[in-house]
Amino acid sequence: MSLGWKTPAPPAAALALALAACTGGARLPPPPPQTFSAAEIEKGAELAKLADCQGCHTADGGQAFAGGRPLKSPFGTIYTRNITPDPSTGLGRYSREAFVRALRRGVRFDGAELYPAMPYDHFAYADDADLGALYAYLMTRRPKDRPPTPNELIPPANIRGAVAIWKALFFHPGRFQPTPGQSAEFNRGAYLVQSLGHCGACHTPHNILDAEETKKPLQGGVQEGWYAPPLNALSPASVPWTPERVYRFLRTGFDRDHSAAAGPMGSVVRELARAPEPDVRALSVYLATLMQPASAAKGRAAPADHAAQAAAAQPAGAALYAGACAACHDAGAAMMREGRPPLQFATPPQEDRPTDVIQVILQGVQPATGPRGPYMPAFAGTLSDGQVAAIAAYVRARYSDRPPWKDLTSAVAKGRRQGGQG
Amino acid sequence: MSFVLTINGRDHPVDASPETPLLYVLRDDLRLNGAKFGCGLGQCGACTVQVDGKAAYACLLPVAAAAGRRIRTVEGLGTAEAPSPLQKAFMVEQAAQCGYCIAGMIMRAQALLDATPRPTEAEIRAHMQPNLCRCGTHMRILRAIRRAAGLPVEAASA
Repeated sequence: MSLGWKTPAPPAAALALALAACTGGARLPPPPPQTFSAAEIEKGAELAKLADCQGCHTADGGQAFAGGRPLKSPFGTIYTRNITPDPSTGLGRYSREAFVRALRRGVRFDGAELYPAMPYDHFAYADDADLGALYAYLMTRRPKDRPPTPNELIPPANIRGAVAIWKALFFHPGRFQPTPGQSAEFNRGAYLVQSLGHCGACHTPHNILDAEETKKPLQGGVQEGWYAPPLNALSPASVPWTPERVYRFLRTGFDRDHSAAAGPMGSVVRELARAPEPDVRALSVYLATLMQPASAAKGRAAPADHAAQAAAAQPAGAALYAGACAACHDAGAAMMREGRPPLQFATPPQEDRPTDVIQVILQGVQPATGPRGPYMPAFAGTLSDGQVAAIAAYVRARYSDRPPWKDLTSAVAKGRRQGGQG
Repeated sequence: MSFVLTINGRDHPVDASPETPLLYVLRDDLRLNGAKFGCGLGQCGACTVQVDGKAAYACLLPVAAAAGRRIRTVEGLGTAEAPSPLQKAFMVEQAAQCGYCIAGMIMRAQALLDATPRPTEAEIRAHMQPNLCRCGTHMRILRAIRRAAGLPVEAASA
């Protein structure tokens, strides 16, 4: 990839940095809130939306930024930290320097390692002024005394020091490099995607130690049981993504030529809906450019709808679909008359793995941007693994031209465990 | 096709095409008219019954998927003469206005109380969130659920 992605520093330098960080330092007292300018706080508010800080750092029903949300990883569950300015349980002891160091290098105020669930491998690419603005914003939120929930990690991940080894192996950030010859808007989008937006935290594949495979940026990854599809030439979308369509999707959680934001993307959209329009436009231009080769390859081929063949190949799935899905998804159904896309326009049936079709059936879709918006009921409690698998097989056969998915029933069982309905 | 549905502890042989929603079989074939047709889209909860102990939209459950599972409808809770504790609580709190949503509300609430006899206020509200009442008696419905759970009827702060 040459579109403004990483320029790694030598590993030895990063190791030295990581070790130096362990020795503490940056123990300056935090400045009083009235020292931040209104403009800086406002800029920080905008950046916090682009970074979706709230999405991870707010528990269901909890105060914004007070932490406590469980994040599942292959090594157990991490509970996010309180990033309100509370002096004992939040950011209250972070000076500006300590905060910037935490985001850039993954080091806590007291020198301890931060787990890479915090995407400092992306925030390292953010510029100093942006991190300072984020600090100003967070330090002027309402403090909340909420002590950390203990993590539930398996050895050796439960030893914080082990993160130093992880960093030596995988954490070699460089500096953001704009792509010469591209527009300022494109490069703004590239900067946001790589740094604060941390899109790769979900959309880049992760290796066995849960580090991003930086040689495969935005080629699709799994997070919290959902598959975040590729955002580049490998995009499986049936209908080409244009900057306008990406913008609509990021802004509203829905594009009539694709589908609705679901799973962890819902919280991203909830924040992008309120982020500055020029920044979301910049994200759209950059991402649509990355996906352009996929769009060009697809040409004008019509999205698939093989109703008769699918019914013959998957009769059980066809019957379940007719009873459980068709009331909304079939041509002429009430939802379709409201301009919702037919399923062959949606990306999940086109993906290499059944993960998202399964999770959407199990968990449904909640409106991303408020009480109104795309909604789908959850079927986890009513359909068995075999029944969900049968519907997924039918959807794949009917709405894509791609080969059938394999081992669907066990994929549903796994999806239930990862999605928290096991 | 013929199926055997296990409803409120009794087996009912039915003849229906496999995609027929359970709700239609309950109401049209078995005369169990407690569950109501509201939206037919899984958005209102008027049709809620229990399947294997969990609240389910009967309008979106094909009879082929319901066969062989434990189905419970409001008729399985109590009768007009001998209402169940939850039904009694709905009566005491006068939680029904037009009453159309109430069978679904009761079945969803009963699923919660069976799994969690003394739920927190947040658990009650999160659990009941899918079911709608167009008359707006939600506050009375919440009181009825608290009453049935033996909790103070007035809400603690949610």
